[in-house]
Amino acid sequence: MGNHSDGSPNHSGTVATAGQNVVEKFQDPGLPPHRLRLADTDPRAAKRAERQVAILFGISVIGTVIFLVSYFAIDLGQDSTIATIRTQNLLLGLGTAFAMLGIGTGIVHWAKALMPDHEVSEERHAIRTEEDRQAAVRIVEDIVEETGIKRRPLIRNTLLGAVALAPLPALAVFGDLGPRPDNTLAHTMWAPQDGKLKRLTRDPDGTPIKASDVTIGSAFHVIPEGLNELQEGKLNAKAKAVVLLMRLNPDDLTISKGRETWSYNGIVAYSKICTHVGCPVALYEQQTHHLLCPCHQSTFDLTKECKVIFGPASRPLPQLPIAVDAEGYLVATSDFKEPVGPSYWERDEHERLINS
Amino acid sequence: MSASSTAEVPFVPKTKVGRITDFVDERVGGSGILREFGRKVFPDHWSFMFGEVALYSFVILLMSGTFLTFFFDPSMAETHYTGSYTPLTNVEMSVAYNSSLNISFDIRGGLFFRQVHHWAALLFVASLGVHMLRVFFTGAFRKPREMNWVVGGVLLILAMAEGFTGYSLPDDLLSGNGLRIIDGVIKSIPVIGTYISFFLFGGEFPGTAIIGRLYVLHILLVPAMILLMIVIHLFMVVVHKHTQYPGPGRNDGNVVGYPLGPVYAAKAGGFFFIVFGVVALMAAMFTINPIWNYGPYDPSPVSAGTQPDWYIGFVDGALRLMPGVVNDFHFEYIIFGHVLTLNVLLPALVPAGIIFTVLFMYPWIERWITKDNREHHVLDRPRNAPTRTAIGVAGFTWYCVMWAAAGSDLIATHFHVALNDVTYWLRTLFFIGPIIAFMVTKRVALALQRKDREIALHGRETGRIVRLPHGEFIEVHAPLDDYKHYKLVGFESPSPLPAEPNEHGVVTPKEKRRAALSKWFFEDRVAPATPAELEAAHGHGHHEAIESGEEHKSLSH
Repeated sequence: MGNHSDGSPNHSGTVATAGQNVVEKFQDPGLPPHRLRLADTDPRAAKRAERQVAILFGISVIGTVIFLVSYFAIDLGQDSTIATIRTQNLLLGLGTAFAMLGIGTGIVHWAKALMPDHEVSEERHAIRTEEDRQAAVRIVEDIVEETGIKRRPLIRNTLLGAVALAPLPALAVFGDLGPRPDNTLAHTMWAPQDGKLKRLTRDPDGTPIKASDVTIGSAFHVIPEGLNELQEGKLNAKAKAVVLLMRLNPDDLTISKGRETWSYNGIVAYSKICTHVGCPVALYEQQTHHLLCPCHQSTFDLTKECKVIFGPASRPLPQLPIAVDAEGYLVATSDFKEPVGPSYWERDEHERLINS
Repeated sequence: MSASSTAEVPFVPKTKVGRITDFVDERVGGSGILREFGRKVFPDHWSFMFGEVALYSFVILLMSGTFLTFFFDPSMAETHYTGSYTPLTNVEMSVAYNSSLNISFDIRGGLFFRQVHHWAALLFVASLGVHMLRVFFTGAFRKPREMNWVVGGVLLILAMAEGFTGYSLPDDLLSGNGLRIIDGVIKSIPVIGTYISFFLFGGEFPGTAIIGRLYVLHILLVPAMILLMIVIHLFMVVVHKHTQYPGPGRNDGNVVGYPLGPVYAAKAGGFFFIVFGVVALMAAMFTINPIWNYGPYDPSPVSAGTQPDWYIGFVDGALRLMPGVVNDFHFEYIIFGHVLTLNVLLPALVPAGIIFTVLFMYPWIERWITKDNREHHVLDRPRNAPTRTAIGVAGFTWYCVMWAAAGSDLIATHFHVALNDVTYWLRTLFFIGPIIAFMVTKRVALALQRKDREIALHGRETGRIVRLPHGEFIEVHAPLDDYKHYKLVGFESPSPLPAEPNEHGVVTPKEKRRAALSKWFFEDRVAPATPAELEAAHGHGHHEAIESGEEHKSLSH
């Protein structure tokens, strides 16, 4: 039992160490002799340690007092400032820290310096004895026998069936956790309402944007007209409808077939929701005409209809077709021609639906 | 003697406290419990404290969290801020965010408790992780503790879930974007993803249900599961008794350490207050999650340099590392009219899946390779299990590469390097980092073993230079005492176990694979020094000369 390679209680024949037991090994010399501490031999050192422990406990008391004083003496009334809150937080924290550390270090110091530090050796016992195992097997056999479940398969099978089906209602009751997705992800607020085209308005105040306000190189964060007036589902609508509006030199833009009428004078609008996992693509590098998502660094090239040039996104940002109305304000001529935001299983189906 | 006397005369307590104690004891059998556990021996080592830190952080989380629930309102109804933080006055926000601001600015001690709660949460997951590393590298997961290792792994997953649900509750801009990322990941799941997203959020993202639902998970369901797992974990620790580091007097048949009462209980109990004190100190001095700076959740803005809490970082980093398009190959494609978006699905599920699958299965993998069915209560020094240690470091490196990738933008801005280059390098490291780490670690472990062997055979360097009569300079080596010596030689170094035929006399292909893995595991090995080798080393001419020289010197003093 002495050396740890074969000291296990249930020594099985399968030993990993082929040839290991052949070689002679060093004998375990046993526990090293116990070394006395200063406080064990010198009463003055023990007394000193005792005082140190008491001082630490005393520090804890001071900490508690600091906490209570700073809790009651500092009032967070109407005239309190951020500085007051910071000070109070600091004092409450330091008070707690001293209160806790005082007790903690005091007890540990007490244990380490004054309590006996003799290491003790205790036998380990088998986690399971063979005798217990046999007794347990007999008990289980008796129990099974008394239920008669082996002799009466009809009972067993119907019970299994019933138990297997019983949790189904527990699953079914979660059916109302949310509505079915249907086509909601296919549409945004930009769809013209009652034949009226939606104006592009500034995020967050909702003022409409004139084409003449958009100078070359500028960028606008855009929300659809009427978003701020929504009573319900405003954030849901906004989460799909936010758009970035930028104006480039028209010569810099590569425009694909079918999108010739989607921009106005070099002014283009793209969905701000990243096609990767939906963060707002909020960074516009004016010089390079790149759009960058700060969450996962997907980079889109504005001059190439927001094609992905770097990062984890796989699809370009959807473009919003825009034009100018009679008063010179920018309007969306239709909804996005594809679902915005991250991809989902039914996305292609929805895209076909939109374009049919 | 005392047993017979108690049998004759019933014990009558004399003091009032004694009477109360006796009353309780007669009804709950406390004496028996105390007899069993009062002097139970616990081995002592600083690395055993990580698990304690985790346990104590959890206790702190329960206490500070309870305080927070008294003031937090998980409603997503709209309101306008009227509290004392003037920069946000009259800003439209959810009631949840509003109540989080009120906890921070209008409830005395609220900010402190929020900070304690958040710091303790970060510490909880961190200490769990470090504790698991300790258990892995010392081989503490081996029989009989395999199942407790699995319980620990479940605890790590639960802790991450608990952390993420809590992080999302204040409904601030940062956590809202985190939820949006989760929504994007969920939507990438084939067939059912969109449905899961709608069920989780109660409709479209963000909806008005998610905070309330996460709240119930965060304060009830997940903590209850964590508590249950902790109880199982500690129960098994009691059943198995604690492992101990190798050393003189320690073997698989005993447990050497301090008795629970008083020393171990005092140290462990005192340590709770120390952990609490350190968390309080951090909460006092270091701001964590300043939600007032982020503003309420709004789907439009996002701040640059956004980071999740550290333990979610490796998943976020994996999302960043995955390219969406390589040359003209798009990782998102359409099969049978449906979208399969592998650029999200793969990084979100595969690395975490691999890490947790290997983590859960590792005890059985090693058990299969080594055919070792013995109980192990004495730990391995990491160097004495070079391949396991190398596997662990390789996995850890892989995790760290992904974790670093979650801060790729911050690495780029802080070190003034191109973001794209950081990503390219990290993508490379994602594949070769673990391999390099494996090779380097294995070599380092073997080198340390050789050093141990050298010291065991030739003694330690004393720093004393002696000139021999013929002019040669040598450094005197002093032999170690028996106890230190045993620590360097008292381990087992398994050698590869060749394929063995089964009961039908057939060597199965599976057994051949096992043998190949065994070879890979144990081929490079440094055997512990043996008494015969020590004999031979001492018989060496030089040493005799040194030793006699020493003797001579000490005599002349």
